[in-house]
Amino acid sequence: MTAVANKPSRAKSPSTGSVGSRKGLWLIETVVVILCLLWIVPTVGLFITSLRPQGESNSNGWWNFFANPTQITIDNYTEVLTTGAIPFGNAFVNSIAVAVPGTIIPILIAAFAAYVFTFMEFKGRDLLFIIIVGLLVVPNQVSFVPLSIIFQQLGLNGQFATVWLAHAGFGMPLAVYLLRNYMATLPKSVVESASIDGASHWKTFWTLILPMSTPALASFAIFQFLWVWNDLLVALIFLGQGDNAVLTIAMTQQLGTRGENWHLVTAGAFISMLLPLIVFFSLQRFFVRGLTAGSVKG
Amino acid sequence: MVEKLGLAAGAVVVGIVGAIILFWLLNKACELLPRKWESRIKPYVWLLPAFAVIGVFLIYPAVETVISSFRRGKRGKLYEFVMFDNYERLFTDPNFLNTLLNNVLWIFVAPALIVGLGLAVAALVDKLKPWAEKTAKSIIFLPMAISMVGAATIWNLVYAWKPEGADQIGLLNQIIVMFGGAPQTWLQIDTFRFNTFLLMVVYIWTQVGYAMVLLSAAIKGVPEDTVEAGRIDGASERGIFFRIILPQAWPTVITVFITVLIGVMKLFDIVYAMTNGNYTTNVLGNYFYNALFRQGDPGLASAVVVILIIAVVPVLVYQVRQFRIQEENR
Repeated sequence: MTAVANKPSRAKSPSTGSVGSRKGLWLIETVVVILCLLWIVPTVGLFITSLRPQGESNSNGWWNFFANPTQITIDNYTEVLTTGAIPFGNAFVNSIAVAVPGTIIPILIAAFAAYVFTFMEFKGRDLLFIIIVGLLVVPNQVSFVPLSIIFQQLGLNGQFATVWLAHAGFGMPLAVYLLRNYMATLPKSVVESASIDGASHWKTFWTLILPMSTPALASFAIFQFLWVWNDLLVALIFLGQGDNAVLTIAMTQQLGTRGENWHLVTAGAFISMLLPLIVFFSLQRFFVRGLTAGSVKG
Repeated sequence: MVEKLGLAAGAVVVGIVGAIILFWLLNKACELLPRKWESRIKPYVWLLPAFAVIGVFLIYPAVETVISSFRRGKRGKLYEFVMFDNYERLFTDPNFLNTLLNNVLWIFVAPALIVGLGLAVAALVDKLKPWAEKTAKSIIFLPMAISMVGAATIWNLVYAWKPEGADQIGLLNQIIVMFGGAPQTWLQIDTFRFNTFLLMVVYIWTQVGYAMVLLSAAIKGVPEDTVEAGRIDGASERGIFFRIILPQAWPTVITVFITVLIGVMKLFDIVYAMTNGNYTTNVLGNYFYNALFRQGDPGLASAVVVILIIAVVPVLVYQVRQFRIQEENR
């Protein structure tokens, strides 16, 4: 909270007179307000459009809503949720079925790996970790050609399990990197004294390190959940547009077929944004911490 | 639906319990060995699941992709080796060259703007009252939670076009019309790649929040006494920012830049959802997708990925080198 500490010293500074800094502050406030408007207005427009009746949404701009703010309907939402090539209700459930395991499965695997990298000595440790660091920047596209062919042959395309494992694989380098960096800040003496007391690595991992790593685990969980939920490419390639299609696919599908039906397109988009926004607002602090800790993801 | 929710819940349980049992078994197997061997082998055994998924989903396919790029692909299958045919086809295809040019534009413009704007916002909100700073940050950061497809939908609405005389639906055209202009089909204007810049706006909108959050943390991490020393020497606020704060926050600036750069290189969703690469807006990520699934040519698609890999290699080398320096200072 240096910002708070900053304020008095800046006001006292002789170089900027109080009048000058107040004028400067006014300018800063104006710029920030304009930026905030630029950032929020498009989303507000989408939300308002999704609540207006079909005839209104498609014939005039959403700002006209303010002239007649009683014209609100949730019909658009019921329509997108239940009709169309991929009903959004179905897609929503699919997104949950993909994102929850796609988040949890990699965490445990990565926690074990991070423990090994932090607390065990073995040959090749540095090399193996460098591989992880390098893979952070490798784009997912490297895997799609061979895997789409193989999975096609094995009949694994369109299956949830395929996508879970894919997301576990793509998320693994970041998960290991993030958790290892966090565990490296834990006092080594904890593990050493546990070992002297005769605790095995197994026991130390479960009773000491895992509980102590909760903040990092939570950060990664949020990060990975949003990433999987918002992912389009992996879903397109491994799930496709069948029964198991997720929200992002339903949205692109709808943009193609109902693109001029703004009342539906916007309602669908808002449905897809709902859960991420809830996660975002309730867990913003953890999310930010996750971003700060592992800023490079390929 | 209920069935699927049940499946998801079941999968979570099976996934967690399964993973625990797997590790327990692996661990037990280690313990059966003589003590000396146990401690020697245990690290590798515990690493096995992580490297198994990395191997299956990243390393093996990457190698396979490089090999595939030298093979002829047709109807989703790979055939005989054809040397550099796929590459030759790419570099003689004007569409691909346009795509490459777009990617270069994206790489040079978008990350710099995102970092610059993020830095500007971080520096500006730092001067506000805490509640105002928090609110502004939340608003700018918000698009990070929205999917790229969602962002594409939001901005499709901003760029929407209706014929002249009709009521406009898109905010941008409404503003143009208000000032007496004619409504434009924005995403189809490819003079000077104008539409590519409009797509960049969407990407910038989603990413500035990320840059801002990291850079704001870095700015706040600058020791107050260095700033104070600058003040005593009579430096202006601007001087303090550029000569004292920015140099100390520079490592973060680089980190953010690299992260955004990687994102831009493999960009796909926005282009796919907004123009599908039409009107000369294509990028490598989308060209790759079309080569693989529309043209059904895995050979050609692999060659596109190899070009992507080549573009990423310098970043990868830099990343590893930075990591080594960081570890030495730990």
